[in-house]
Amino acid sequence: MVESASGVAPLTGAPQLTRKDFISDQDVRWCPGCGDYAILATVQRILPELGTPRENYVFVSGIGCSSRFPYYVNTYGLHTIHGRAPAIATGIKAANPKLEVWVVTGDGDALSIGGNHLIHALRRNVDIKILLFNNRIYGLTKGQYSPTSELGKKTKSSPHGSVDYPMNPLSLALGAEATFVARTVDTNPNHMKQVLMRAAHHKGSAFVEIFQNCIIFNDDAFKFVTDRQTRDDNAVILEQGKPLIFGKDKNKGIHLKGIKPEIVTIGENGVTEADLLVHNESEQEPHYAFLLSRFEAPQFPVPLGVFRAVSKPTYDQMLGQQIKTVMEKAPGDMKKLLHGPETWEVI
Amino acid sequence: MSTDPSLPVHHKEIEEKEDVVIRFAGDSGDGMQLTGTQFTHSTAILGNDLSTLPDFPAEIRAPAGSLAGVSSYQINFSSRDIRTPGDAPDVLVAMNPAALKTNLKDLKQGGMLILNTDAFGPENLKYAGYTSNPLEDGSLNKYQLYNIPITLLNNKALEGSPLSKKEMERCKNFFALGLMFWLYQRPMEATIQWIGQKFKAKAELAEANKMALKGGYHYGETAELFKKHYRVPKARLAPGIYRNITGNEATAIGFVAASQLAKTPLVYASYPITPASDILHELSKHKSFGVKTCQAEDEIAAIGMAIGASFSGAIGLTGTSGPGMALKSEAISLAIMMELPVVIIDVQRGGPSTGLPTKTEQADLLQSIFGRHGESPLAVIAAATPGDCFTMAIEAVRIAVRYMTPVILLSDGYLANGAEPWRIPDFEKLDPILVEHPTANSAPFIPYARDEKTLARPWAIPGTPGLEHRLGGLEKQDGIGNVSYDPVNHEHMIKTRAEKIARISRDIPPLKVFGAETGDILLVGWGGTFGAITSATEALRQQGLPVSSIHLRHLNPFPSNLGDILERFETIVIPELNLGQLALLLRSRFLVNAHSLTKVQGQPFKVQEIIDGVKQLIKKRGVETWSSQPVALPH
Ligand code: SF4
Repeated sequence: MVESASGVAPLTGAPQLTRKDFISDQDVRWCPGCGDYAILATVQRILPELGTPRENYVFVSGIGCSSRFPYYVNTYGLHTIHGRAPAIATGIKAANPKLEVWVVTGDGDALSIGGNHLIHALRRNVDIKILLFNNRIYGLTKGQYSPTSELGKKTKSSPHGSVDYPMNPLSLALGAEATFVARTVDTNPNHMKQVLMRAAHHKGSAFVEIFQNCIIFNDDAFKFVTDRQTRDDNAVILEQGKPLIFGKDKNKGIHLKGIKPEIVTIGENGVTEADLLVHNESEQEPHYAFLLSRFEAPQFPVPLGVFRAVSKPTYDQMLGQQIKTVMEKAPGDMKKLLHGPETWEVI
Repeated sequence: MSTDPSLPVHHKEIEEKEDVVIRFAGDSGDGMQLTGTQFTHSTAILGNDLSTLPDFPAEIRAPAGSLAGVSSYQINFSSRDIRTPGDAPDVLVAMNPAALKTNLKDLKQGGMLILNTDAFGPENLKYAGYTSNPLEDGSLNKYQLYNIPITLLNNKALEGSPLSKKEMERCKNFFALGLMFWLYQRPMEATIQWIGQKFKAKAELAEANKMALKGGYHYGETAELFKKHYRVPKARLAPGIYRNITGNEATAIGFVAASQLAKTPLVYASYPITPASDILHELSKHKSFGVKTCQAEDEIAAIGMAIGASFSGAIGLTGTSGPGMALKSEAISLAIMMELPVVIIDVQRGGPSTGLPTKTEQADLLQSIFGRHGESPLAVIAAATPGDCFTMAIEAVRIAVRYMTPVILLSDGYLANGAEPWRIPDFEKLDPILVEHPTANSAPFIPYARDEKTLARPWAIPGTPGLEHRLGGLEKQDGIGNVSYDPVNHEHMIKTRAEKIARISRDIPPLKVFGAETGDILLVGWGGTFGAITSATEALRQQGLPVSSIHLRHLNPFPSNLGDILERFETIVIPELNLGQLALLLRSRFLVNAHSLTKVQGQPFKVQEIIDGVKQLIKKRGVETWSSQPVALPH
């Protein structure tokens, strides 16, 4: 039995919530033009559609530009310390599984200082939604390279170019066997909305990487998938049960040769749609999703959408269930506990 | 006293003793902790007062026969009221040369020495660093020596058992235990029952251990070696129902009790660390009380989970030892800033770094009070005895929820693993812990509105309609709680948080002086040294010396009458298992010329060490810095 309140229709008589109900009275303080605005707006748009009472939402963040997010959403919220949001969210969910807990984090927060908590929250399948705003830079500390910055990137702390190999957030999440893994872009509100809705309805850890433009310190980092001229050739939109087709002319596709993916053109060399890899987000084992996560532009189109969505019991659910089972058998007896295995009396 | 009816009637002389200290010592693989615990258990049931000191190496299995692999268990049991595991054993049971080598120096002059001679082969002797065999070279002549081929006798007692020779040999600790049961007239039933339980699935092992135990007992009775045995009458303890309890057990059930008293669920998140792990083990057994335990991925996650749980309205707890405390400090500051109730238990061990993980120390006091960035005051309390861990666990939760603050509860390795008889409190008579979660009314919700008395802010929890609010690590405007960079507000908030903690002293019962209310010398202790300090004070007073003592269980803030008491004495002496941390605090807080009496050897104080220290001070009065050991103090 899933104890979550999400997906349940609001109680009869409860007023229908609107986007405005989720806007707090705080001034939003991101730089003008920052990608965070679009993400905030999308989240505020979907929350009223989920049917969960507003008081059951908790937004938890760590440190960084993105982590100011909870201040702007009129729900319960915690703006905590660097990297620890997934651990704190786990505690919230452990104590009260009825809450809908969302973690907002960035590439530094989640992958650098908080890497450990991220992978463990995912492997435990805690029923929380993790939004990783990936801008491939440290914004709040004014422009140092991040764990997702490209090799050789010149920043304030790497004037000769970064010598750190970057990390792939989705590969990491899949390595931790996250049950829901997806990617979207800040410039595509409709796609973002679809993906976030899917994440919201997932029972278990949902991990969403959002390509987010930092206009100040790393502008156009995702131009290859946001620019009208190039995006169709550089991105493939994942659709369940559909072949992986992309390109301006919708004629390019991904074919699997042995265990190696390759780009093929439909209609050339006898290639038809039947030769293409068909997207299946519900593969139990994460290999396929992992293969997709390795697609990087310009060699391959970057997949956008839901990579993996599988179901397994959640941490909070199992934690609660164990207690329920034990308590049903015999609720705790304080006297027995105090007395321990053996007592004696002194008169 | 009853024993197994199948045993022969006692016919040897019985001598009565007031108290006895026994130390079992052997290889880590010899089961000495088990032997000690079983002896303790039977002794507790018999109604003696007792105190124990388990002492084991950090290595799980150090090489057999090595000095590093020696594990020991000391028990002091008495017909009087006792408070410590005893300074020096009256009896040493040594299962091999390494155990003899490392423990002999502690045995009382003329004490009883029981040796397993079978383990004194040339290889073991060499391994323990003996150049000649102590069984033969006369070096043990000043002790009452009992050379017993325990392995051989044990194997004989097990004749007919289907076990292999090696398996049989593993039962020899029960043979030794049986012998000690006979020697000190302890009943065997409890151990026999325990063996039955423990080896439920392995009948032949259970049978063999029982045979070994009885074999040892019979041996004492029939062998010519022992002319008499001993009886230690029941202690005259305060009337009530008693059980035997260790500090970690008491801490765990104290938290469960606190949760019941507060009618608030408990979430205990912890990363395994010696010597705190047993609290996690114990609490994970108590799901029937709704206790949720989370084994976190690291120390930081553990405190993070506790904070999250507390925000959600549970009692958020985490437990650790010194190294883990260091890792948690940033998150503790967050809890201070968000003003959420969280309890952190630090079972102190020898530091710094990995230090002496299985040994005791009191060197995390300053870390607990000051070891965070920024001005970050919180409540710090410490348990005085194993049983007191129960009371202080409840106290920690009470302070945390009443003042909306993190609380650090200090225990230590000695309290955690040491056992004592504990008078079981009447749960119905314990004060309930008041927990209030506000609900919405017409007025807008003010997350940092303060209670006039305690300055605590309201504990509004997610799921409550209309009270949606955001907390965070950024400085906030008092009252409405919005992020505020206003310099004056920052100072106001810093002072308010400090004042809130200071006000906790209003709830702390006044300190009671042990001994005269005024006088010459006052010993000031805290934490697990209570037993040794109190016993030393008692002994010094019996010798006519003007010594009193007080014991602090609240370290931040201090009890409000502490300053008054300090003023009433000429000389303040502070025995601590560190280099003078409480002394540093008392000197700066009260401008008193506190003398430090310190020991940092991973071992608790011996009563005699404190007695000697005080006497030395009396002799050298006027000397500014002074210590029981020739240690240069850092102040
Ligand atoms: S620094 Fe970059 S990421 Fe941060 S708010 Fe400004 S634009 Fe957004």
